[in-house]
Amino acid sequence: MAAVQFDQVDVAFGRHVVLRQLQFDVPEGAFVGVIGPNGAGKTTMIRLVLGLLRPNSGSVTVLGQPAGRGGRQIGYVPQSFAAEPDLPLRARDLVGLGLDGEKWGFALPTKDRRRRIDACLERVGALGYAEEAVGTLSGGERQRLLIAQALLTSPRILLLDEPLANLDIRSGHDIIRLISEIASETRITVLFVAHDVNPLLGVLDQVLYIAQGRAVLGSVEQVVRSEVLSELYGQPVEVVRVQGRILVFAGDEMVPLGHEELLPHGRPRSLPAEP
Amino acid sequence: MASIWNTIFAPGLFSYSFVVHAWVAATAIAVLAALVGFFVNLRGEAFVAHAVPRGAFAGAAGAFLIGVNSILGLSVFAILMALGMGLMRRRSHNGVITALALVTALGLGDLFLTVGNTYAPEVFALLFGQLLGISGSEMVAIAVLSVCLVGVIAVVYRPLLLASTVPDFAAARGVSLTAMNVTFTLLVALAASLTVPVVGALLAFSLMIGPAAAGWYLAKTPWGAMLYSVGIALGTVWVAIVIGYDSSLPIGFLVAGVSLLAYMVARAINWFRRRRPGEAAVVPTGSGAVAR
Ligand SMILES: Nc1ncnc2c1ncn2[C@@H]1O[C@H](COP(=O)(O)OP(=O)(O)O)[C@@H](O)[C@H]1O
Ligand SMILES: [Mg+2]
Repeated sequence: MAAVQFDQVDVAFGRHVVLRQLQFDVPEGAFVGVIGPNGAGKTTMIRLVLGLLRPNSGSVTVLGQPAGRGGRQIGYVPQSFAAEPDLPLRARDLVGLGLDGEKWGFALPTKDRRRRIDACLERVGALGYAEEAVGTLSGGERQRLLIAQALLTSPRILLLDEPLANLDIRSGHDIIRLISEIASETRITVLFVAHDVNPLLGVLDQVLYIAQGRAVLGSVEQVVRSEVLSELYGQPVEVVRVQGRILVFAGDEMVPLGHEELLPHGRPRSLPAEP
Repeated sequence: MASIWNTIFAPGLFSYSFVVHAWVAATAIAVLAALVGFFVNLRGEAFVAHAVPRGAFAGAAGAFLIGVNSILGLSVFAILMALGMGLMRRRSHNGVITALALVTALGLGDLFLTVGNTYAPEVFALLFGQLLGISGSEMVAIAVLSVCLVGVIAVVYRPLLLASTVPDFAAARGVSLTAMNVTFTLLVALAASLTVPVVGALLAFSLMIGPAAAGWYLAKTPWGAMLYSVGIALGTVWVAIVIGYDSSLPIGFLVAGVSLLAYMVARAINWFRRRRPGEAAVVPTGSGAVAR
């Protein structure tokens, strides 16, 4: 059984078509890097899997069931969270919300509860700051807490939406290593959203490349190639491999994709916004 | 000994029925306001707690105009404001929506008072509160409703905490963020409806903000913050009754003054704790902070 199946999925917000005819199966246990430029529709795809958004047409199937709201089978790691240093919430309180935070009433502090929270804190290497206020922790430490929070229900699918966005390179690598260890221990299916494929090269099984509202799934060798990406973007794209890194250039100006920051105006002007 | 006691606690403070009404009503609303105040603080929505009692005051003026109970008018207005704000809330620009709800309510209040063209003592009593003028039936109503609302808070506690700290995660778990917005603004409205007649529309929000903000700085956990907040709110209203009974100082002033004092003491304690090396001397790194 596939962990996640997209069948002819179309999504539009008003007249703005965001995803068209998405068609792919993510096999169970796969580590998938979801790659694409800003605004490509990566978060939209994640929201479809979570059942927070219904496709305009087509269907999304998760673990054999139609995607629905609030599945405890899916662990979701948001980008980050706002917390001021004085927020009276310790790391273990935040993580504990992952166990049953959506339920009514309040949780009694049982031994079993504490043991389960401790186990998840330990798994992500956060036991050392379990009693600290979350607002005093660094970006990497917060990211670990969010991962622990998502793991508390022992989900079969883990969705991470740009977990590297606020991290320096080193903490980013630590997070990737942590996720890949967890994935190989538990056979959990991982959808890891990033806008650059390079940091993930060593760990991912498949890449889901999203651009211009369309997507291709396959191994890095199959997908990140000039012909495939040119087809996806609908314009010439050049893929270059240098010293084990993959650089993707698009358009007449040959701007490296995923490196919009190199442009004076933020986005590759050579890419048409809407064909 | 007896004379010191009598100087602080003037005769009749615990026996006259109108003072007993004040003790009971103030105790009930202090607990309620402190708990709602915790969520006001958590969500950074002090402006909502400020706007609702004032906007709702216009409802009292409207009720007077059509000849119904002014507290009923106040509550209806507070609830309508809360529903409007809760449904229109987004992750940003909430201040604008709150401000629009406030000016709409105040504009209507202005209209009601002008059209009514009368001096309505009971409406103006709502502006400044009348802690020592609470009737027996009002006391029972305030106490019963406060207990019910505390029960509601106990039920929505977890999803509201989750939605207020990690909204995206809460949504992924099936918590409706809109439902939580409405729940929150409704709690503020109902707490305000009970607090305004006692403390007054002008300063009702100080009871919701002050003790909770002080508790915030003393506690390390949500539970702790709520307990401190309730304790400080109780201390605030009790001190206000004792002083207010003796002197003619207005209740709004006393509540605002004592809770401000508590807040400053809490911040000072927090500051000393942080300065002490070894314990809780954490330097905020802030690098992971992201605007919602
Ligand atoms: N709720 C929404 N209403 C309207 N447009 C939206 C909404 N959510 C996303 N979009 C649009 O869909 C496109 C894809 O967004 P998103 O999935 O967030 O991209 P990514 O996560 O890849 O950066 C963007 O153009 C965005 O403006
Ligand atoms: Mg995104």
